[in-house]
Amino acid sequence: MKQFWKQMSRNPSGLIGLIILVIAVFLAVAGPMVFPNSPWRMVQRPFLPPFTLSSVPLGTDALGRDVFAGMIYGARVSLLVGLVSTLAALAIGVPLGAIAGYFGGRIDDALMRFTEFFQTIPSFALAIVLVAILQPSIYSIVASIAIVSWPPVARLVRGEVLSLRSREYVQAAIVTGQTSRWIIWHEILPNALSPVIVLASLMVATAILLESSLSFLGLGDPNLISWGYMVGAGRTVIRQAWWITVFPGLAILISVLGLNLVGEGLNDALNPRLARDGR
Amino acid sequence: MPSDPAVRIKDLRIALPPGGERAYAVDGISFDLAPGEIVCVVGESGSGKSMCAHALMGLLPDSVTTETGEIALEGCNLLALDADRWRDLRGRRIAMVFQEPMTALNPLMRIGEQMMEMFEAHGLLSPRERRQKALGLAREVGLPDPARIVRAYPHQLSGGQRQRAMIAMALALEPAVLVADEPTTALDVTTQAQILKLIRDLQRSRNMAVMFITHDFGVVADIADRVVVLRHGQIVEQGSAQAVLIRPQHAYTKALLAAVPSMTPPPRSPLIDRNKAVDVIGIDKTYVTSGGWFRPDRTVQAASEVSFAILKGETLGLVGESGSGKSSVARLVMRLIEADRGTIRIGEVDLTQLEGKALRDQRRRIQMIFQDPFASLNPRRKVGQIISDGPIAHGTDPKLARQRARDLLGMVGLDGGAMERYPHEFSGGQRQRIGIARALALDPEILVADEAVSALDVSVQAQVLNLLEDLKTRLGLSMLFITHDLRVAAQICDRIAVMQRGVIVELKTTATLFAAPEHPYTRELLAAVPGQHRPVSLSA
Repeated sequence: MKQFWKQMSRNPSGLIGLIILVIAVFLAVAGPMVFPNSPWRMVQRPFLPPFTLSSVPLGTDALGRDVFAGMIYGARVSLLVGLVSTLAALAIGVPLGAIAGYFGGRIDDALMRFTEFFQTIPSFALAIVLVAILQPSIYSIVASIAIVSWPPVARLVRGEVLSLRSREYVQAAIVTGQTSRWIIWHEILPNALSPVIVLASLMVATAILLESSLSFLGLGDPNLISWGYMVGAGRTVIRQAWWITVFPGLAILISVLGLNLVGEGLNDALNPRLARDGR
Repeated sequence: MPSDPAVRIKDLRIALPPGGERAYAVDGISFDLAPGEIVCVVGESGSGKSMCAHALMGLLPDSVTTETGEIALEGCNLLALDADRWRDLRGRRIAMVFQEPMTALNPLMRIGEQMMEMFEAHGLLSPRERRQKALGLAREVGLPDPARIVRAYPHQLSGGQRQRAMIAMALALEPAVLVADEPTTALDVTTQAQILKLIRDLQRSRNMAVMFITHDFGVVADIADRVVVLRHGQIVEQGSAQAVLIRPQHAYTKALLAAVPSMTPPPRSPLIDRNKAVDVIGIDKTYVTSGGWFRPDRTVQAASEVSFAILKGETLGLVGESGSGKSSVARLVMRLIEADRGTIRIGEVDLTQLEGKALRDQRRRIQMIFQDPFASLNPRRKVGQIISDGPIAHGTDPKLARQRARDLLGMVGLDGGAMERYPHEFSGGQRQRIGIARALALDPEILVADEAVSALDVSVQAQVLNLLEDLKTRLGLSMLFITHDLRVAAQICDRIAVMQRGVIVELKTTATLFAAPEHPYTRELLAAVPGQHRPVSLSA
């Protein structure tokens, strides 16, 4: 673990990503305490440009709502959706991939055809359809993002398990009479973890983008403000009031960039050989 | 030999990156390579012998730095050369043969093209002449049907043929110095004997200086004119092969030579009136690789009608070259792979009939020691867990299992502090001891050792063999000992089965097999063991 942090800190871009992420999480957690007012409340005249009033630093939108407060509350939704849907996708993809890779043969064939079935449908289209059918709410959004994003996890885990299961220490566990479940859980998965962690960090970023896209199309949770919704709401007046779309857009850009940088940093830190060769 | 040396290495010192095991990979070594002479650089893993070879080729990794010293080739110092001069020199004056011919050849280029590349790189000859030369070289290194083989891809050649092709490439521009880094380690013994003879012949006819890196004293005895013994980056002894092998001066050389197992089997009392511990009756195994839609399937017969029995307290050796199916037999006996046909009995129990829980329960009676000490221990589990996992799975109280694991570590010569450490903190020999402790933790009746000492240095190998022999007698175990090394088999086995292409061709007591081999393949194998023409082992 100590070595992991050492590797991570030696990687400046990963560190920048981590700092961005920490700030975003801090704002999401602590922000609503600083801004107890609901982001839906009208606080000033509509279309107030940014940097004119210190009480509304980023201006107001078409209905006079505070853009900055919206961004703070939006961070909560975006980060939460990203995290929870990724965890849900891992919960589907990891066991499926592990079972397919470990048992092979017919089980592998069946599970992989099932996975491919999901992969052949364009993920964004499927997400739209799912949210539309299930009615837009935070739960249906998380569920649909998880459903469209687990196949890559299953494939990755399957590949890792496939190569790990022929290792001698796995065979040693078989000959000592361990059950398959024990072997997958104790011998194989811990060794397959690093690429999954890297993939997961990038999936959080993709999930945030997906949620933003859904909200932009008006399929977000109507009771929760999110960055994607703000961009969508401001797009009609972008020529008169650029700030309504640009600031939440920047928030999406920066947090996704931060997550990508962290993912790359993790990749280097968890694969020390690759990192050293790159130097 | 009185002529001027082709290469003179003087006081070479190569620094390793700081924080490593030691400061210098190679620490102040000096020796000469004379034309028409084969110098063997011998040492155990980590002795710096490969570093010497790479320094001579200018292939040192960026992480190391040459601190002092000089490598003089025909009067110019190689260490002071720039990249262009190096490029000109390599191939033309110095050439190298690598250990693993499969990875040293480009899999996407035909053999002939790779040979022609040598001339192309130095801007020599016309394309037509290059083609002629490649054909001539293929003929010279004894590749069969040269016209066809220069058009073949590396994967279509056998290991020995690939190494011949590598040698042909190295010799293309008639270099004065040939560096061979463990060129026969990846090959079977019979192929190794042929490649050694080829190198010897070519070196004679071309009057080359050869620097031959190896860890195998048998090979040294067969090929060396002079020997340089390395240890921890320093030369402990150098001299003519005769002097070093027959009258070694340094204690380390003596120890190394003494650790080389002798070809003479020690006397063993015959085992009579004993029950069978394992009975293998007529097992078959065929691997089928699907060829796709338009090609027939590829089948490989790994075991065909294999039958043998191991008596209680007996060690049965299973020897053969790579691809003979001996490892498959080990895995069949362990039921790690399923036999197509046949029966495997452990005592009274038919292992092939069991499934699920019943099979898992019986597994504790037969345990396995694996080849690669680095791959056979889970890097993310502590040694204590690795050893006690098995007994806990069989219902032993975790506290008792850990206590037992501690005792077992003591039994294999490690201290109890190892319990809380991870496998990567141990050396190869120590890891193999942990593997043995894991196998013993279940109180098995039978041990299956699959090339259990092949990946170890010769001195460590001797220790682990002694440990196995000692544990076997103390605990009354039976053992199936799989190896490609006949010297090791001679020392540890009561009886030996020789396998060729999935079939046991001969099965006899060790002494009889070595004294009077009957099958032609057995004879071929025995004749190919290196180091028989000169005595290498002091204990013999």
